[in-house]
Amino acid sequence: MSSSVLVVTAGGSAPKSLPLILARELASNLSTPMFLLDAEGNLVFFNDAAEQLIGKPFAEIGEITANEFAEVLALADTDGAPLRRRDTPAGIAFLERRPAHLTLLATCYDGVRRLLDVTAYPLFGAGAEMHGVVNVFWQSPGSEAH
Amino acid sequence: MYARVWGCRGSLAAPGSDTIRYGGNTSCVEVRLDSGHLLVLDAGTGIRALGAAMEGEEDELHILLTHLHLDHLQGLGFFRPLFRPGADVHLWGPASPVQSLAERIAIYLSPPLFPVRLADIPAQLTFHNASGEPMTIGSATVRAESVTHQGPTVGFRIEEGDRSLVYIPDHEPSLGVELAQQPTAWISGCELAHGADVLLHDAQYGDHEYPNHVGWGHSAIEHVMSFADKAEVEHLVLFHHDPYHTDDELEALLIEAQRHRGTVDDHVRLAHEDMTIVLDDDGVSFSHATEPNAGMI
Repeated sequence: MSSSVLVVTAGGSAPKSLPLILARELASNLSTPMFLLDAEGNLVFFNDAAEQLIGKPFAEIGEITANEFAEVLALADTDGAPLRRRDTPAGIAFLERRPAHLTLLATCYDGVRRLLDVTAYPLFGAGAEMHGVVNVFWQSPGSEAH
Repeated sequence: MYARVWGCRGSLAAPGSDTIRYGGNTSCVEVRLDSGHLLVLDAGTGIRALGAAMEGEEDELHILLTHLHLDHLQGLGFFRPLFRPGADVHLWGPASPVQSLAERIAIYLSPPLFPVRLADIPAQLTFHNASGEPMTIGSATVRAESVTHQGPTVGFRIEEGDRSLVYIPDHEPSLGVELAQQPTAWISGCELAHGADVLLHDAQYGDHEYPNHVGWGHSAIEHVMSFADKAEVEHLVLFHHDPYHTDDELEALLIEAQRHRGTVDDHVRLAHEDMTIVLDDDGVSFSHATEPNAGMI
């Protein structure tokens, strides 16, 4: 996809709920890579640590839809078979509203395939309403050889 | 819409000779709608005098609780309408995943903290979770939104006709962020307050005090000014005064606020007990109630 499709300025985005705001602030202050989906499944934020794996800063990509994000980040199982979005931890957390964990292969802007451990969990508010999904991921040491 | 401040002190009631001009009672604001409905924003110690001024009224009333810290709840057991069997009282407050609003309020309204059990209150009590969904009360639309504080906390926006009043007495939108650099979509409470005619907002600390209170759930003057600018509110009322701040110190904070804005005008002011606010077709006007219940419809 062309990069112009991905450029969305954060200033023009929809107002965010408090759980999402607080999750973003937590992510901003961690060295653990994290990205956030909102209640519609849009990618609304990833932190500096995640930038290193995704290959571009969030300020450049901006908020994008789930489909657009799927084009940014190619995911496969540990054997290299492509993963459907619904089978990824983020997809499970979003669609089935439960936490999920998986080891997978991810390829992003730099074309490097990395072995990642990914955990995703839904954000439920005090009234049990869904606010989005938190995705945390760790790169396995030496995984860039894949 | 008519509003009257019955208490604007934060954290703890602070009566005394140093707090006469702005008052020592904790958070409580009366809001009268054109339809005659009464909304009571928080049940701090200020609600006692409001209840005493309501003798004879037995209509439906709504108490909107931003959260359940004691300075916003302590007066509930002294609110006379609760002890009238004919009163139809609706209590709104933030949801909790583990306990109902009634159960949480009953922690305070039960022995040994209070002699009367919530279940023994004579008035008809109905409890509601305050969610993001707009609710219609009389001639107004009321909306609650979760905001950054310690524990489940909401702010309220009351719209009637073309006028809006927003109440966020306990709020730390600056926690972990530089408000001035933050897109409005990512600022707690900003959408709720956006474009409000009147915003009553937490202004507990002077800028020099905030570094020792980061994470306590409250705003410094710099933060509330930045928040109000971001939200493009018309009139800002500095609320939830620190119990240690004297009248003179509060007035120094007002000067600090004006310095942040770069102008001295009446669009920023300190909340004080008996402050009245009228929002109608002619705009917004502030005054000082000269006698109990003077401005009631």
